[in-house]
Amino acid sequence: MPRLIPPAPGPDDQYFWDGVREHKLLLQRCSDCGLLRQPPSPMCQGCHSLSWDTQPASGRGTVHCWIVSHHPTEPDAVPRIVALIDLEEGVRFVANLSGIEAERVRNEMSVELCFAEIDGVTLPQFAPAREESS
Amino acid sequence: MSASSLKDQAVIAGIGQTEFSKESGRSELQLAAEASLAAIRDAGLTPADIDGMVTFTLDSTDELLLMTCLGIPELRYWSRTPHGGNGAHTTVQHAAMAVNSGCAKAVLIYRAFNERSGRRFGQPNAQAPPLGWNWYMPFGLDTPAKIYALAFQRYMHVYGLSNEDFGRYSVVARRHAATNPGAWFYQRPITLEDHQASRWIVEPILRLLDCCQESDGGVALVVTPAERAPDLPHPAARIAAVADAQLVNGSVLFNYYHGDLAEFHETRFLARQMYEMSGLGPDDIDVAMIYENFSPVVFLQLEALGFCGPGEARDFIADGNIDLGGRLPVNTNGGLLGEAYIHGMNNITEAVRQIRGTAANQVDGAEHVMCAGGRSGLILGKP
Repeated sequence: MPRLIPPAPGPDDQYFWDGVREHKLLLQRCSDCGLLRQPPSPMCQGCHSLSWDTQPASGRGTVHCWIVSHHPTEPDAVPRIVALIDLEEGVRFVANLSGIEAERVRNEMSVELCFAEIDGVTLPQFAPAREESS
Repeated sequence: MSASSLKDQAVIAGIGQTEFSKESGRSELQLAAEASLAAIRDAGLTPADIDGMVTFTLDSTDELLLMTCLGIPELRYWSRTPHGGNGAHTTVQHAAMAVNSGCAKAVLIYRAFNERSGRRFGQPNAQAPPLGWNWYMPFGLDTPAKIYALAFQRYMHVYGLSNEDFGRYSVVARRHAATNPGAWFYQRPITLEDHQASRWIVEPILRLLDCCQESDGGVALVVTPAERAPDLPHPAARIAAVADAQLVNGSVLFNYYHGDLAEFHETRFLARQMYEMSGLGPDDIDVAMIYENFSPVVFLQLEALGFCGPGEARDFIADGNIDLGGRLPVNTNGGLLGEAYIHGMNNITEAVRQIRGTAANQVDGAEHVMCAGGRSGLILGKP
């Protein structure tokens, strides 16, 4: 079993993984009413529009909650911190925290977007915001 | 149709089960057939009386193969309920609707699996992840323990709980299992020290002894119209309320998008429906069977069901309220941690036994028993 389960993009989220390869975190936005949707969906729940485009996230957010994820069958694999990030745009996003030890993670701490290559897959990650880490 | 239309219209007339084990040594179809026949006989019926069937979408047993096993000649109604144990009670809702509408006269509900010796739910799924899992699996949310623990961490943070607080529930569940001969952990209670010495599954939230079992076994129920209650060999368990509760932006596994995750929002909706339908309130409930894939979800549900206020479940449990003899005995069979994990269906059979007065850990004078699974639930009453 690989250390990382790679994403398998479909019609509703291909844009996202294309953006990640260019180191952008793209949020789906309704072209008609502007509502942001994460996870994305093909129809806007606010106005039922099927038209959408994307908006790059600022990359700033805070940690709503977090865990340390040990690989279930490879105990020697480096554990990863998984966090639910409240992005400042008002949507939530699951990602890993990087550049911080678990003992220093705090709920509500400010984080900012970065990217990592793991097992050949580019993934969005979040690190402590610069003003916070200094 | 009003929300109260299912109140007191149907009863759970029969219950059946196999033994609960870690290796049944037989097919899931056979487990389903054994549990089903036991439930039909318990209701004083024969397979020829059954004309409806309900199970989980996840169940591997085909209805027609089960009909063939049991010799059920004609089936007029069948349905399946989505997702896992959170929806266990939705099977009863479907059955109650079927008999109440006249679609069927006697509905067999079954759930059977080799969930320990076969495909283990607690392990990562090696197959391609289903649609919508791209947002979670690549980041390492690859087991149910991690998926649920992420939200539990928020609850711990907001109300200042430690893993030891969760352990107090596990101790109660195992104590109840220890005096239930049907439980896998019969005569094997644990102490809080045992709990704290068990290995981390998801640090700092879940230890091994916070997790439900993986079990092999089958459970079945028979639902009939309430009019049949006087003819039944055992006291009927009257369905005073049964409800399903889903919310927009919800997810059964990845339920991360409802405001502050220190609250179980679906369960609040569930409680509102069950109390409205039954005309009862939290103070009327004598026993609660609470689906617990992991111990923290008992805390979240006790609060959302109105048995205590937000953040008060820690003290509610520590003060002995959920013990036998307490204000609200919870999971008197040992629950999914102590008895077995038959996707929550074994909590419904225990609720029926409490109403009949035949439970191993019988609560004297139990008039109303609630079963809750976060997103579905029911209240049973004496006939």
